[in-house]
Amino acid sequence: MKTIFKSLLAITVVSLVLSSCGNGSSSKKGALSSSVAEKVYVAPGEHDEFYAFVSGGFSGQLAVYGLPSGRLFKVIPVFSVDAEKAYGFNEETKPMLNTSHGFIPWDDSHHPDISQTNGELDGRYVFINGNNTPRIAKIDLTTFETTEIIEIPNSAGNHSSSFVTENTEYVVAGTRFSIPFPQRDMPIDEYKGNFKGALTFISVDPKDGAMDIKFQIMMPGFNYDLSHPGRGKSHGWFFFTTYNTEEANSLLEVNASQNDKDFIAAINWKKIEEYVNNGGGKKVPSRYAHNVYSDETHSATSTIKKEVLIVNPSDVPGAVYFLPTPKSPHGCDVDPTGEYIVGNGKLSADLTIHSFSKMIKAIEDKKFTGEAYGIPILDFDAVHAGTVKQSGLGPLHTEFDGKGNAYTTFFISSEVVKWKIGTWEVIDRKPTYYSVGHLMIPGGNSRKPYGKYVLAMNKITKDRYLPTGPEVTQSAQLYDITGDKMELLLDFPTIGEPHYAAGIPADIVAKNSKKIYKLEESKHEFVTKSEADSKVVRDGNEVHIYMTMIRSHFAPDNIEGIQVGDKVYFHVTNLEQDYDVPHGISMIGAQTSELLIMPGQTETFVWYPKQVGVWPFYCTDFCSALHQEMQGYVRVSPKGSKVPIKFTLDGDAVDAE
Amino acid sequence: MKKSKLLMIVGSLLLLGLFVFPLWNITLEAPQYPIPLGMDIHINKFEDTHEFDIKNINLMNHYVGMQYIPETIPEFKIFPWAVGIMVFLGVVIGLKGNYKLFLAWFIVMSMLGIAGMYDFYLWEYDYGHNLNPKAIMKFTNPDGSIMGFQPPLFGSKDILNFKAHSYPRAGAYFMFIGMLLTVVAFFVGKKESKV
Ligand SMILES: [Cu+2]
Repeated sequence: MKTIFKSLLAITVVSLVLSSCGNGSSSKKGALSSSVAEKVYVAPGEHDEFYAFVSGGFSGQLAVYGLPSGRLFKVIPVFSVDAEKAYGFNEETKPMLNTSHGFIPWDDSHHPDISQTNGELDGRYVFINGNNTPRIAKIDLTTFETTEIIEIPNSAGNHSSSFVTENTEYVVAGTRFSIPFPQRDMPIDEYKGNFKGALTFISVDPKDGAMDIKFQIMMPGFNYDLSHPGRGKSHGWFFFTTYNTEEANSLLEVNASQNDKDFIAAINWKKIEEYVNNGGGKKVPSRYAHNVYSDETHSATSTIKKEVLIVNPSDVPGAVYFLPTPKSPHGCDVDPTGEYIVGNGKLSADLTIHSFSKMIKAIEDKKFTGEAYGIPILDFDAVHAGTVKQSGLGPLHTEFDGKGNAYTTFFISSEVVKWKIGTWEVIDRKPTYYSVGHLMIPGGNSRKPYGKYVLAMNKITKDRYLPTGPEVTQSAQLYDITGDKMELLLDFPTIGEPHYAAGIPADIVAKNSKKIYKLEESKHEFVTKSEADSKVVRDGNEVHIYMTMIRSHFAPDNIEGIQVGDKVYFHVTNLEQDYDVPHGISMIGAQTSELLIMPGQTETFVWYPKQVGVWPFYCTDFCSALHQEMQGYVRVSPKGSKVPIKFTLDGDAVDAE
Repeated sequence: MKKSKLLMIVGSLLLLGLFVFPLWNITLEAPQYPIPLGMDIHINKFEDTHEFDIKNINLMNHYVGMQYIPETIPEFKIFPWAVGIMVFLGVVIGLKGNYKLFLAWFIVMSMLGIAGMYDFYLWEYDYGHNLNPKAIMKFTNPDGSIMGFQPPLFGSKDILNFKAHSYPRAGAYFMFIGMLLTVVAFFVGKKESKV
């Protein structure tokens, strides 16, 4: 115990020294020259060169920024309700947040990854994981909206996710926490051998992107921290870092840091896919939600699935191996050629790099040093390609520029370090402000990185911005990496915790962006396609208002015959067919958010009138010169009142049918 | 075949371009429309330059009380016949080869064209002046009269926040060139007859 405390103290002291050094050198002295400012300046009306999709961590969302400007364009709601866009509030999107545990309006969104074709970014989708109640979401980049969420059964802490294979064949969801399998009431101290870690492979339909859990590999009860697909020569393999190979169950800080080496699990998913396609694996009862949003109906449906296919790795010999890696490795990154697998031992000062071709050779030569739960452990020296020595403190994540260089973040020493693949020598290091986690190079997760910028995502900002009370912003920092030395260009604040990001050249995505929804193509159950079709219908104590909106009025606008105790549905269609003309609507006393409805779209909210009176509703999005006039009233009578349903349309009174 | 006959026949056939290409275009530019709104006028229909442009023009124009651009107008029934008949006559005259008739054809066609433009003007005038008395926004000219929103017959003009452009399109150029050829045919025919 004593030695551990001593070494922790040593790390703290070293990090203080390092960070104070960093402070003195360049952060305070206005080191940014005007030429640096020009590099991030995007003139009014001009567009950024890259999109950056930056996860919100504990905000549960995904933010869209432009690079190099750092300007925020949109926060895409994914796992958390968002009143701004009615996500999780309107009837159409509530099913998106359904899980086997019920409606869960929050999660912890960590790793976005962009879909690929032939190992290159294709810009169709962004996938992102929800850690807490394990889920994988898909965001459609024609609408920049979450269109699918699949819950991951037999998992907990869905962290080594959501990375995609070279042709987006699979999105993976690796569990960080191992849990009892099957889940049951059992003593926690019987963890060892009883808890399992599920690695889930979700297939993605090449035509429409539909997700489906193809199989789960039920691995030993370690913690599966991060992962990365092989590519090029290693396409067909997936690599996962592990920690707690000790299978400890309490005070993991100490008890999971005992082994000198943990593992990178190498999974030959093609082999397992073949095994499964030939009828291998076992169907096991399970419960998980699969939520799909349709752009045709503008609505989501949630289906609870009852079964999942489980693969026991020892049933597929030659499909899974362990690569010993010092020491509690966190990041697991594969270079663009697919040859090198970088394991960053977060408690080590070194980076350990394995060679894929050496791994294949070691497997052929059966250079094993043992096995764990039937899975062969490869000999470290037989797979080891090299080590970047004394590179910093607390290495976490590595990205690649496509020019033979790698960039690794160091959390404790707060820096980004550039090193050369093959020679393993450090070329450059730059401080970050402060405590950097992930970093991102656009396309850095593919065979074709766009190695112009690296974005560092920092956990702490302290004195970097105006203070905002005890909670200050987290931030991202942009570096130019076109030269030998990195150059800090920009800091910008971010939403939530900027956990990880994915970047892509703007021209791949922008041209596909949707401008409106075509009204005539709407298949929404409650669409109203013209003002003449708007109406109010009572059905028992439910009242359905079929309403339209256009600059600058609602139809109908004055509604009578509503009673206390009714359940009133506002089904509102935006009749506009012009780009960038949404309207909003909100009703006094509604226990929900406003609706923000895009041209051609229909959305629904429910209002429970609780008080007699005449109550207004209005447009919430400043839409036109007469936006303030865009309003109406609902008359609420006592329960059982004889006031009939009626409304005004175009200034004339209409009785309900 | 004589050169004049050929010119006359080709010239009148060029009018067929009107069945393929738009005759005229009105485009409305405004700051909030980086892609301007536009309407192509064919001899038998109005057409959006970009999908939903006419719907959006109507929506903008309701603020000042302008009428909706109609789905169709009676002229759309007449114009195709008029053009078709003129093409037919042109070809027949061309085959016969009486160069004096070439000029007659041109004069008739010019009169028809002028009548068409006048009709267009009347329609524009009505569209821009016959405003809904309950219009949301009312604008007056400096002399106190109610402001009209008539698009230009030809050329460009500022109307409130919009800049309106009204210019011929490919169909019209086919017609102009065709008519020009018939005049040339007349002179060539005249020359040929003297030889
Ligand atoms: Cu509005």
